[in-house]
This record gives sequence, C-alpha cells and structure tokens, in this order.
Amino acid sequence: MTEAMKIRATLQGDTADLRVLIKHPMETGTRKTATGIAPAHFIQSLVVQHNGKTVFDAQWSQSVSRDPVLGLRVRGAKTGDRISITWVDNRGERRTDEAVVTAGP
Amino acid sequence: MAAPKPESASDRMNAMNRRQSLALLARCSAALGALATGWLKPLVALAATPWNKNAFEAKTMAEALKALGATALTESRDIAITAPDIAENGAMVQIQVVSRIPNTQSIAILAEKNPFPLAAIFNILPGGEPQVLLRLKMGQTTDLRIVIRADNRHFTAAREVKITIGGCG
Repeated sequence: MTEAMKIRATLQGDTADLRVLIKHPMETGTRKTATGIAPAHFIQSLVVQHNGKTVFDAQWSQSVSRDPVLGLRVRGAKTGDRISITWVDNRGERRTDEAVVTAGP
Repeated sequence: MAAPKPESASDRMNAMNRRQSLALLARCSAALGALATGWLKPLVALAATPWNKNAFEAKTMAEALKALGATALTESRDIAITAPDIAENGAMVQIQVVSRIPNTQSIAILAEKNPFPLAAIFNILPGGEPQVLLRLKMGQTTDLRIVIRADNRHFTAAREVKITIGGCG
C-alpha cells in the first residue's frame, strides 16, 4: 500500500518550480529494530514528466531520507500544464501522482 | 426520525458514482497488479534508466565513480552546492545542487563516508533545469561530492558537511 505524493508546481516566469513530498520508509537494510534488521525498502527510480514528456529520470539509493523531499525546476511551462511523477522501489512497488502547474505568487 | 439534511438526487447519484468508481478502481488496480509483470514493466523500462547496481552497491567513492564511468574528473567552480556546514540530524540533510555547466546531462550526488557513497543520479532531459534539491542521510561528517556529466565529460565539486548525530542508525 502506497501513499499519495504531495506535488506542488508553481509557475515562476516560464519555469515550473516543483516541490515534492513522497511518503516512503526508505529503509537502508542496516537499521536494527527490536525484531532484527529491517529489510531494505527504498525507491530506486523516479521519473518526472511534463505534459507526458520525461524531463527528469533519476535513480536513488537508500541514502535518500525517509519520506523524501525533492525540488526540481521545469522550463517552458505554463499554468494548467500537467506534471506527473512515478517512483518504483526495490520491491517493485510503484506509484504515479499528478499535479497541475499553478500561477506563482 | 427526520434526516439532518435532505439528500438531493444528485448527491445520491454522486455517492453511487463514487462507490462504483472505487469498485472499478479496485478491480483495475488488481488487474494492473497482475499485468505489472507483463506489459507494464517494459513501459516503465522505456522511461527509466535501469538502476545502476554496480555504482549504487559500490562501497567506496572510487568504485562508485568507476562504475559511473567518471574516472577523469575536472574540478569545476560552476557547480553550486548548498548544504549546512553543520547538520544536527544526519537523517535529514537538505542539499541543493545547481549546475551552471552548459549541456549538463546528469547530476550525481555522493556522500563519501556513507556505507554506499552514491546517493542519487538525476538525468536531466530537455526541459529539465540542471538543479536538484534533495534530503539525504549522512552517517557521519563527510564530503558531499557532486559529479556532473556534460558533453560526456565529468566535472566535480565537493563540500564538507559536519554531522552531529548520524543518520544511518
């Protein structure tokens, strides 16, 4: 069971400023718990698309913090554009969420 | 017993649609799950670069760089790294990297003394700005090293982050 990402996409000029909060344990596979070592469970790949076109394609390790926070910028954006983010973790779990670019302050 | 608020036909319809949509969604999710091993995987494989196992499982900076093909590194002043000088909580160290190197193709983030130094690689495709903000775990005081690939050359910059409480416990 995965939880929805929070994606904020704000326009600044012709650039969309993305702020993403992901819910994920990002277990390193070395953390000791009362019942033994917590098995590794972390996001390995993340793809960011702007109106269906991939603009970032990232690979992560277990060194990314629990409940990752990510900030990126996408050029050539306008209000109403769609930003979609997909992650896949080492267990093959995946999640895609979408946001719409909104006008900046 | 009087209903607290008369329910309109459209409310009932919405509720019904919602229930039907949820049921449909549940069925679709199950079907997608079953299909995930089939045709969905190649779709994702198309979009995402495969996880670089050798680089991510490397236990030293030198091995990680070698696995990334970044053996010839040029120090660059055009890589701006924002990170705390001293981080109290190594479980959550916010860093930002901005590359001013023309044609930046990827940004790799490494923490030298982490058990697996390579933390992340971002491939920048057309439309993506060469900058990244991310929160990392850092086990101890270490150099944060950034490796930028641009025009198939590798550029680097580093900055030390002191950790008061490690983040890999």
